[in-house]
This record gives sequence, C-alpha cells and structure tokens, in this order.
Amino acid sequence: MAQLTYREAVAAGIAQEMERDETVAFIGEDVARAGGVFKATVGLFDKFGPKRVIDTPISEQAILGAAMGAAMTGMRPIAEIMFSDFLAVCWDFVANEMSKSRYMSDGQLKCPLVVRTGNGGGSRFGAQHSQSIENWAMAIPGIKVVAPSTPADVKGLLAASVRDEDPVIFFEHKSLYAIKGEVPEGEHVDTLGTAKVVRPGKDATIVALALMVPRAIQAADKLMTDHGIDVEVVDIRTLVPLDMKTISSSVAKTGRLFTVEENPRLCGWGAEIVSIVVDELFWDLDGPAVRITTPHIPLPAADNLEDITIPSVDRIYSKILDVLR
Amino acid sequence: MAKKKTLKNDDIDEKKRLELYNSQYLIRVAEQRAYDLFLENLVKGTSHLSLGQEAIAAGFATAMQENDKSFCTYRGHAHTLARGASVVGVLGELMQRDCGLMRGKGGSMHLTDTSKGVMGSYAIIGAHLPMAVGSAWRAQYMGHDDVATVFFGDGTTNIGAFHEALNYAVVYKLPVVFVCENNNYMEYTPIESITAVKNPAADRASAYGLDSIIIDGNDADEVYRTAQVAYSKARSGEGPSLIECKTYRQSGHSRADPGAYRPDGELDHWKKNNDPITRYRSRLIEFGVKQKIIDGIEENVKRVVDEATEEAKSSPVPPEEILTTNVYANGGWAWRN
Repeated sequence: MAQLTYREAVAAGIAQEMERDETVAFIGEDVARAGGVFKATVGLFDKFGPKRVIDTPISEQAILGAAMGAAMTGMRPIAEIMFSDFLAVCWDFVANEMSKSRYMSDGQLKCPLVVRTGNGGGSRFGAQHSQSIENWAMAIPGIKVVAPSTPADVKGLLAASVRDEDPVIFFEHKSLYAIKGEVPEGEHVDTLGTAKVVRPGKDATIVALALMVPRAIQAADKLMTDHGIDVEVVDIRTLVPLDMKTISSSVAKTGRLFTVEENPRLCGWGAEIVSIVVDELFWDLDGPAVRITTPHIPLPAADNLEDITIPSVDRIYSKILDVLR
Repeated sequence: MAKKKTLKNDDIDEKKRLELYNSQYLIRVAEQRAYDLFLENLVKGTSHLSLGQEAIAAGFATAMQENDKSFCTYRGHAHTLARGASVVGVLGELMQRDCGLMRGKGGSMHLTDTSKGVMGSYAIIGAHLPMAVGSAWRAQYMGHDDVATVFFGDGTTNIGAFHEALNYAVVYKLPVVFVCENNNYMEYTPIESITAVKNPAADRASAYGLDSIIIDGNDADEVYRTAQVAYSKARSGEGPSLIECKTYRQSGHSRADPGAYRPDGELDHWKKNNDPITRYRSRLIEFGVKQKIIDGIEENVKRVVDEATEEAKSSPVPPEEILTTNVYANGGWAWRN
C-alpha cells in the first residue's frame, strides 16, 4: 500500500492506463504542461509527451466532440472538463451525442471514453464553479456516472472507466483533492456498479457520495459516541450502474434510510434511491426515508454561507438524531 | 500552327464521369421516392431531402477512399447513399422498418452505416463537426491514412461548434475536410439576412488561417476536383480545408415545408438553369457518351430504387424486443442491479 492524495491518485490512474494501452490519450485545458488547475495531472506530460497528453483551447464542445470522434473510431480518450459547471456549455455531447449514438445506430457506433471533471463545493468559488451536477448526468440513459470518495477508489474506478466500453462521466470532488489514503501498489482496477459499506452499523443506513461520504462517516461516529446509535454508511461510488443490492440489503437490515446529497434538492439522486426503496422495501422500513440535501438555491460564495448550504457533519448528525428520536 | 481542339474539363475520364452521374442520379431518384413515400404516409416522422444538392454528395464520395469517414447532418440521405449504403437500408430506415440501417431506432435524421464509413448523421446543428475533428485526430494519432469529411448546411456556420471545430482542426493540423452546402436558406430564412458576411463559410476561413474556397456545388466535376485537392492535402499532413459549395435546395427544408418563403420564380430558375443532374447529363453528351449508356444508368438506378422500395414496404416493423437493446455496450439497458 502506498499513501497517495486523491489528486495523485488521478494522475496514477491515468498513468496506469496510458502505460497499458497505447490508444489512451488525454486532452483538456491546461492539463499537460501546467499539470491541471487542480494539479491532478502533474507529471503525465513529462512521462507521455505531447502526442498523448494535450493542452487544448477553451473549447469544451471541441474537447468532448474530439474525444467522441476518436472513441468512435478506435481510441480510448480521457477528456477533462475543468469544472463540472462548464459541462453546461457542451452538454449536447453528453445528453444528445455520446449517450445516444450507440442506441440510434442500433449498436454500430461505440463510444469508450471518460470525461473527468472537478465537481462540488467547499472552495468558496460561488455559483458557477461549485455545483454538484452528478444528478444531471444520472438522468441521461446511455452513459455511466462515477463519483469516488477515496484515493484508492479514484485510481481503481478511473481505471475501470477507461476500460469500460461505454462513455463514463467521472466526477472528482474538488474538496477531496488534498485528502490522503492508502492505494494498492501495482495495477489497481475496481468495478463500476459496486457500492461499498464503508462503516458497518445496525440502526440506520446513510447512503452518500463523494465529499458526503467522509462527512457521513464522521456524523455516524459522533452518533455512536454520543448516543450509541450505530449507523451504517454506504458509499454509492457509481450512480450508473446503481448497486441497489448493496443499498437494499443495508436498508433491509437497519430499517432506516437517509441519503446525504450535495446536489440541490429537486430531482437529486437521493430522490431516485428513496423512491426505489419505498417501492421495493416499504415493509422493511421502520420510519420515513429522509433526504439531507443542499437547499434548492444557487451556491453562495461567502464561506459562512456556503458552509450552511452544503450538508455538514453537524447537519447530518442533528437531522438523523431528530428523526430517530 | 493548327491547334488540336480540346474540350474544357477533360481531365476526368469517362469511367469516373459515369460513376459521378450514377451517384447523382441514384440520390435524385431515391430522394424523390422518399418524398412519394411520405405522401403515401409510409415515411414517418420527418425527412430532409437533398434534391438539387446531389452533386456535392456524389463529388466528395467519389473522391474518397474506402476507409475515409463521412459525418452528416439530418440532411444525410444523399451522403449515406453516395458512400454505397444499401438503398433498402436507407428507405427502410425512413419507413422505420426492421430492414432499416438502424432497424428503425434512429430514423431519417440519423442514418449510419459504419461499414461504409458513414459515422452517423446528427440532428443537433454543429455537433458532428468536432466529432469529425476527433476522427481525424485518431487518424493522425494512430498513423492511419483516412480523412474525415463533415457535411453541414450554411446555417451551421453561425453556431459555436463550427468555430471551435475549425480552430481545433487547424491548431493540430488534422486531416479533416469541412464541407458547407450553402443552399441559400437556413431552414426558412435566407442565410444572407442573418449572417454577418456574404459567404457564410468561406468568408470565415481567413479567421482560421485557411484558404477561402467557394465552388459551384451543382457541378459534380468541380466538386470532385476540389475534393481531390483537399484529400491530398489532408493525407499529406497539411491539415484541414473548408469548402463552401454553392447550391440550391429544390425541396422544402423538411417534409412539412412547402417553401412558401421563396421569391416567385426562384425555384423554377434553379430547376431550369442550374439543376445538377440536367447539367451533368448534357456534359456527358458533350463528351461523347452515348445516349444508350446514359439511359442504361438511369434504368438501372430506377430498377434498384423500385426493388428497394418494394423490399422495404414488405419488411416488418421492428420487433418490440429491440426497444431496450444497445443502450449500453453489453447490449442491454440495465442501469441498476
């Protein structure tokens, strides 16, 4: 095991796949010589050179279109969209093109590519550089949606995404880039569509994603220490494919479901999970299924305001305590 | 000194000319058939015909090599047929039958036949330009010798993706050919009334360091020659070209459009004086091609389209079990376990 930061795990994952497969190349704005604005791709340019690690103009449609045209004809490109908010200017390629070409052509066209993007709040960047938009992507048939919470998952799930035959939108959380964690030595490839129980418990289930996972774990630890409430935390890891088996078996055991989402309230991914659980596990529930989300507002820049907007350890803790008591 | 009498335009041999005529004529008859089938309520949804624009599709496709890639718009029947896609497959897709190129899952606006290098037809204006750039990037990256050609209308020159794609292709010197089919109308609106420059594609070329190329898009020979130059430039690593082909759409924008916005006499003028098929037929005769050979081509094309029409009509609708296939690469649609 090696200790890597979340951002180092990004570079390690890309490097592992580029070493293995000549058809993997990486494009994006300031990703090569500068190593990325989040320094998540430092060293790749030196290692693989300008043919395979390419600085592009600020042309998000060209970036995703180029990745798609290359993927359709035999490459496995990785494209970076610097901030996930910017996906809005090239959303056509996500919503209409890469997601639908296989279906519309009845399987003639393929699109094995990865779109990496910096997602989520906590950096005081305001409403256009802080959003969590994984729920936008989840709403589109034909793509896969990944959002890791640990350095090991970054490397393993990124590798799995590159090897996947479908287009994958890979959400890296900006507020997690600095965290450190154990990453297996040597080749590390995880499996898309697998959630993980990251803190076992018996009294309630929290389903969380990305930055909300460490916050959920802290809230669960505090609930145990303060009140002896034993909460299980499930890290979804990939929204599509969705591992309902792991979520359902946890809810069936605990009888309680809380989702912790960074996306704004309406049509967040938690709504889908709650609706499935209500459909399929209603008689296993001992109380209401509760969503803890960002309110339905644009994200503010000021640190005190942003801190009360995104679910915090205290808010998760208090809400669960209120509901369970 | 007595000069040997030579005809202008004698650089293209008869075999190639007959190929160009056959291709144009096939597109003409198939598109007319698509329109007739629409009137019979057998072509569903929408369809966008290339009647009057056949020379562009024929000229470029004839200049392509087999592994070249075509990226089309929703007005893509012509370019798909010109690459040699099956007429049954095309008409069947328009009729949304099981024999269609995509078994009715795509429809008229998304014709795709990867076995012929037709990498799809796209109905969001501009989207396929960056994709063609990506195909060209792959060719350059992997050392393949194919060129990507992307066809689009005059209206596309006012959307962002057009400009992003051109800049990107020039910066990385990619083997892609951008072909603007300027048919005078952006849907129902005259293009010059909503564009800052007179020639919507060619006048933008200099912004990307490209030559301004304007050609007569209703002259298949001129299209063919221009395409050859662009392909040779692209294949020798000299980068992209942008070609504006002047043409005229003789049909409405889509099947629902009677074209009432055209000034009186405009359509008749183009049909009478500048129809690519009529012009090319005269040229063949001028160059001494026997009427019998021309008749033979036309009869054969009509027979092929008639037979394809009957085959498509007798094809069943797609089976319901394909509704959920090919959403994901594993063949299915499962988004959860």
